[in-house]
Amino acid sequence: MAYDKFEILNSTAVPLPIENVDTDQIIPARFLKATERKGFGDNLFRDWRYNGDDTPKSDFVLNNPTYSGKILVGGKNFGSGSSREHAAWAVYDYGFRCVISSFFADIFKGNCLNIGVLPVQVSPEFSAKIFAEIEADPKTEISVNLPEQTVTIVKTGEKESFEINGYKKQNMLNGFDDIDYLNNIKSDITEFAKELPL
Amino acid sequence: MSTKKTLFDKVWDSHVVKHVEDGPDVLFIDRHLVHEVTSPVAFLGIKNRKSGVLFPNKTFATADHNTPTINQHLPVTDPLSANQLKALEENAKEHGISHWGLGHEKNGIVHVVGPEYGITQPGATIVCGDSHTSTHGAFGAIAFGIGTSEVEMVLSTQCIMQPKPKKMRINIEGDLNFGVTPKDVALYIISKLTTSGATGYFVEYAGDVFENMTMEGRMTVCNLSIEMGARGGMIAPDEKTFEYVKGREFTPTGAAWDKAMAYWKTLKTDEGATFDKELTFSAADIEPMITYGTNPGMGMGISKSIPNAEDLEGGVATYKKSLGYMDFNEGEDMIGKPIDFVFIGSCTNGRIEDFRAFTSIVKGRKKADHVTAWLVPGSHKVEAAIKEEGLLDILTEAGFELREPGCSACLAMNDDKVPAGKLAVSTSNRNFEGRQGPGSRTLLASPLVAAAAAVTGKVTDPRELMKELA
Repeated sequence: MAYDKFEILNSTAVPLPIENVDTDQIIPARFLKATERKGFGDNLFRDWRYNGDDTPKSDFVLNNPTYSGKILVGGKNFGSGSSREHAAWAVYDYGFRCVISSFFADIFKGNCLNIGVLPVQVSPEFSAKIFAEIEADPKTEISVNLPEQTVTIVKTGEKESFEINGYKKQNMLNGFDDIDYLNNIKSDITEFAKELPL
Repeated sequence: MSTKKTLFDKVWDSHVVKHVEDGPDVLFIDRHLVHEVTSPVAFLGIKNRKSGVLFPNKTFATADHNTPTINQHLPVTDPLSANQLKALEENAKEHGISHWGLGHEKNGIVHVVGPEYGITQPGATIVCGDSHTSTHGAFGAIAFGIGTSEVEMVLSTQCIMQPKPKKMRINIEGDLNFGVTPKDVALYIISKLTTSGATGYFVEYAGDVFENMTMEGRMTVCNLSIEMGARGGMIAPDEKTFEYVKGREFTPTGAAWDKAMAYWKTLKTDEGATFDKELTFSAADIEPMITYGTNPGMGMGISKSIPNAEDLEGGVATYKKSLGYMDFNEGEDMIGKPIDFVFIGSCTNGRIEDFRAFTSIVKGRKKADHVTAWLVPGSHKVEAAIKEEGLLDILTEAGFELREPGCSACLAMNDDKVPAGKLAVSTSNRNFEGRQGPGSRTLLASPLVAAAAAVTGKVTDPRELMKELA
């Protein structure tokens, strides 16, 4: 599924300063039973967001109207655990287009890139700054500039650059995905298959 | 540039179709394992793109995540689960993929049946839409979990696009102590590295401990590689590996076997090859392990007490939140804590050796009355072995029942859910909040620790019960 293009995103952000946020929190396993990619945002952070009787937990950030935006700022080691792409789908479906963290789990990060959510890894210091600015002013705007590979706290002008490989960057800028690429080199692949050691 | 290669380099490099400039490698996949949860959207994707399955004979499908573990001969009652199982069956049929669905004699957890039928082989690249695909690294394969977009890539092109990970070697020398199992070795490593300590790396396990380990044990260790953040882990194939692989349904025979063996014997890290990171631990330092928190890195020797937040390097708020969820306090002992549930099974510890270990402790004892125990074999083959070896009789005598194969309470997608607030000792792989059911609390441990808890009704050092056996 090709996705929306990503260039520059200016948005307020939702802070989740918890470390090791795992994929079972992002989307619990019991909500993985769909056969289509629909409605996963409703169950994003389900058990942190709702009580057992489905009433919202008022102390969880997604239930706090003070915070909103297309950027989710998470603590260190965000997305650890399962390979379920449903976690990235839930983040996207809820309305986030970018996750900022000082450290991402590997598979989650790859899944995000494959579906059009930009994972932005910043230094622990810059991450702490973003959390502090949002705490001081929930309307703090963050600017994520993919062509320049920078993330900026708009009010203070503080800026940090982030890494993304050139191939993935082009994909995100153009809304292409790996499947498009691979389908274009299918004949190379079938030739290669003949030369494998076994 | 050194020409010395690691085991990982040898397998990876031989599968690179092409390198994308300033981007990932296009990696050819030899074996693709598919289950009902992470595949339906991928099949939908190839339908929408009007693309087929390029090599249907390289993909194998089994139902495991969603399946009930009792009355498997009856229709699945949960309509959503039933729908996913049906989708897998139909997709497999449409594309000519082997499908070992519910009720099939070869059905079982994807990472248990792969090795059992010889689908898993040394030097292969193996992927599955499941992070515990790392299990297959026990055979000297490069095996790792992928997302659904990548499942679609493999279906339609037999390739995925991945940057080559960095390489780490973990050495453990010496002999394991009495009562210490492969699960304890893995939990020990994770407790030292944390859940993110190996992120970005692919791990090779080396040294006496892994050389002396059975194939089942190696699978347990490699299975848990993802829990320290690694994409996967692998162990160089040796005579034990070849002996295990030989004669299985999908294993090569005759001249193809000889050719395979000649190749497989080259699959070891060259003397002098370098790793980006190398760690060494001593087997003597490892005791039976148990977790006390909400990620697999929060583990310790069973005789120790829960660390104090002030002794940690940062992350205090998250640590306190975790202990709060578990309803534990800093400085408390784990030994003696009353438990409610015991689960033995999963792709981590659902193999025959695990049931042998569990049975060795419960033999001649009785299940504690207040404990609910779920004994879930990893596959029908494991289930059959439990019966053939007479383990079932011993388990029944001790008050346990055996269920039917599946992922079960490891992730609680079916009805095997630990109720809110209840404490479970589990041989599975994750103790995340709510992993075994909303509000459930999980202590990860070995089959021996699980057995000791099942018969005493509380966290118990299994060595206490093994003394009498020794």
